[in-house]
Amino acid sequence: MAGKAAAAPVAELTGPLAVLKEKFGDAIKPGDFEGAVIGNDQLVEAAKFIRDDMGYDYLSSVTGVDYPAANEVEVVYHAYSTRHTGAPLVFKARAPRDNSVVPSLTSVWSGANFQEREAWDLVGIKFEGHPNLKRILMWEGFQGHPLRKDWKEAYYEQDTKPFDSRWPGGHHQRAEDRVPFADNVEFPPNFDPAQYVAQADAAVYEQLKKVEVGEHGELAEPSDNGNGQHSDKIETDQLVVNLGPQHPSTHGVFRMAVTLEGETITALEPVMGYLHRNHEKIGERNTFIQNMPFTDRLDYLSSMSNNLGYALAVEKLMNVKPPERAEYIRVIMVELTRICNHVWALGFLLNDLGAFFTPALYGMEERELILDLFEAAAGSRMMCNYMRFGGVARDLPEGWIEKCREIVFDRLPRKIDDFDHYLTDIEIIRARCEGVGVLTAEDAVKYSVAGPLLRASGVQYDCRRADSYSIYDRFDFDVAVRDHGDVYDRYLIRLDEIRQSIRILKQALDQIPATGEIQAGKKQYQARVPAGQAYGRVEGPKGELGFYVVSDGNPNPYRYHIRAPSFINLTALGPMCVGNKVADAVIILGSIDIVLGETDR
Amino acid sequence: MYGSGVLRGMGVTLKHFFVTYIEDLKYVFKGGRNTDKHMAVRQGPQARGIFTVQYPEERLPVPENFRYIPFLVFDTQKNEDRCTSCGICAKVCPPQCIWIVRTNDPKTNRPIPQPAEFYIDASICMSCGLCAEFCPFDAIKMDHDYELSSFERFNTLVFDKQKLTKPDTYHAAIHPTDWQRELKEKEEAAKKEAEKAAAAAAKKAAAAAAKPAEAAKPVDTPKPEPPAA
Repeated sequence: MAGKAAAAPVAELTGPLAVLKEKFGDAIKPGDFEGAVIGNDQLVEAAKFIRDDMGYDYLSSVTGVDYPAANEVEVVYHAYSTRHTGAPLVFKARAPRDNSVVPSLTSVWSGANFQEREAWDLVGIKFEGHPNLKRILMWEGFQGHPLRKDWKEAYYEQDTKPFDSRWPGGHHQRAEDRVPFADNVEFPPNFDPAQYVAQADAAVYEQLKKVEVGEHGELAEPSDNGNGQHSDKIETDQLVVNLGPQHPSTHGVFRMAVTLEGETITALEPVMGYLHRNHEKIGERNTFIQNMPFTDRLDYLSSMSNNLGYALAVEKLMNVKPPERAEYIRVIMVELTRICNHVWALGFLLNDLGAFFTPALYGMEERELILDLFEAAAGSRMMCNYMRFGGVARDLPEGWIEKCREIVFDRLPRKIDDFDHYLTDIEIIRARCEGVGVLTAEDAVKYSVAGPLLRASGVQYDCRRADSYSIYDRFDFDVAVRDHGDVYDRYLIRLDEIRQSIRILKQALDQIPATGEIQAGKKQYQARVPAGQAYGRVEGPKGELGFYVVSDGNPNPYRYHIRAPSFINLTALGPMCVGNKVADAVIILGSIDIVLGETDR
Repeated sequence: MYGSGVLRGMGVTLKHFFVTYIEDLKYVFKGGRNTDKHMAVRQGPQARGIFTVQYPEERLPVPENFRYIPFLVFDTQKNEDRCTSCGICAKVCPPQCIWIVRTNDPKTNRPIPQPAEFYIDASICMSCGLCAEFCPFDAIKMDHDYELSSFERFNTLVFDKQKLTKPDTYHAAIHPTDWQRELKEKEEAAKKEAEKAAAAAAKKAAAAAAKPAEAAKPVDTPKPEPPAA
């Protein structure tokens, strides 16, 4: 998959793919570099076989790649097993570019829902049989599919960076002067921007009417008459309420369109994309190293994890391994990030519950100290940009380890116990959180939710253990797991995870070599990455964060896709909220812990 | 008991309130309040009282690695820019906010290693520090000055060469560790040069000894040069 092997396409199917080949015969062909290409007629059948018989029950990532040279688009699926450890099963589907239709796998894995919508939106692949195939990140007035290779952005200058205009004849010019705004915006045919608002909202509300009937389905029965539903006792009208996009509880610009029966939610449709900036297209324009600071801006609360995920994916392609000391520094940084993120998440969950800002600010004190550590090592508090391919950007400054030890060994355990002591047993929290927003283990896997959300539902699955990366196999820690799958368990599991992170940190700080290299090989401002495909994933604080990178040997990635946990976890938001009160939607969203920078990308 | 949680919470707040004054008083006798030393403790792992800082009246010290918009280092000893306009910073810049015009010799039209114009669009710069990290001449460094707000957002935020250039004494003051590394590297490079020169001189002397007719010229020790990549 990496290094020298990456230069040649896979000739034969081995391992689990051979099993697939045996079963489906000619429908399975080897893919370029990795995985198997499954014929479109057999795709749904094969997916069912993969899920039920081969045990790959968790569909991690779905994405599309455009190959104009072959006149094809490719859909790439990465499936894992939550019961076993090990590498993903990679399978692909192909379709011609001008008529790109691929069968939808939403009937097999519900978690494919948003990801297929995204692939339709960005790459323009039609998924046949998808229940709600419409744009998810872009708006309806958007012309084209931006991740097609021939699509150009409004301020397009050149296909790849560095731009020729910058050096040696770099006379400064503003992009807005070069391409005046309004000359560069296109609308689809028959689209009238003046009519937009009504149409778009109608589409959202239309979707609310046909939300599938879940286990709380007694409230979600479709009504016969157009204007409302009837319950047995009281006659009420259905009410549509928009929570957001400007709403303090949505933690950013995120919108939930909700239908209510009294105060009970009968359907919920998340609307997102307000912060969309086409990160993946920017990533294709950038060189490999230039993407590193951009990953900081995905989940801006945990930039170190994002850095690591991307570095791992590219390191797989380059076949380099960071030196010992760099590995330890990485683990320390990433675990500090997890603590940082979880105290924030807990603080703001309590904020949503009405404990206005006091717990959040107590959490932020610890976060502040960790950010000071980041600032001393990386130079920035949040936009760390600290990892490099095969190492880290710079060595730890003098006295850093001592300061870190002081925080990790002395302060954090004490403060986390305080948090636990003051908050966990409060009656209001228990009453509001217990039994609210329940997600069963089965549903959690089905909807491809990841991270604390998955583990709070009783699925003991953590990439650090299941598909160990970096040096996590050296540390002694437990994968925290809770059984009820409600908001209260999601609160508790974050406390558990902070404690486990402190455990890892203590070991890492004891074992880290005092001196040593921090970068494998020579630092290059243009990394040489051989052609290939790689999927690097880390257990980020919000869940499994994956980077799917395709290189064609050029200085710029050919395709750069992010499996964003806060985006995919939202697939389960609707089903979790149905049957609960409207006030609970706020805390259910808070318990998912989304960051819009990552959701909308 | 009802209300015990409320009382406990208020107790915590009250304790915080009093400890703040106690801590502050301590520092009145220990060299004054609001010094860097006091701030590092007040918002450090041992913090007990108030944690917040009343910016801009009170400020936290920034660490050496802190990075904000880059500046160009001017070598005060040689009285020239360190920048050779090689363009690596412009090529590695992720948002492409660095614009460099290379100087050309008016007679031969060949490039001269110094920039004619150098712009950084500070409204686009994301302060990632890649330019400073990959500059082979230590000519571009990240600044500590984070107060850049202005009333006009177009022209004032496009920094030209004059605005970007700062003396190396400033660089030495804000980056002491990095400056020490530079000095050490320079010293080593000078030593290497001297050794090379000595070896060359010895060789020449040997050649001169072999051919006594040719007089050996005295060899100048070359000046130390900044280390190349």
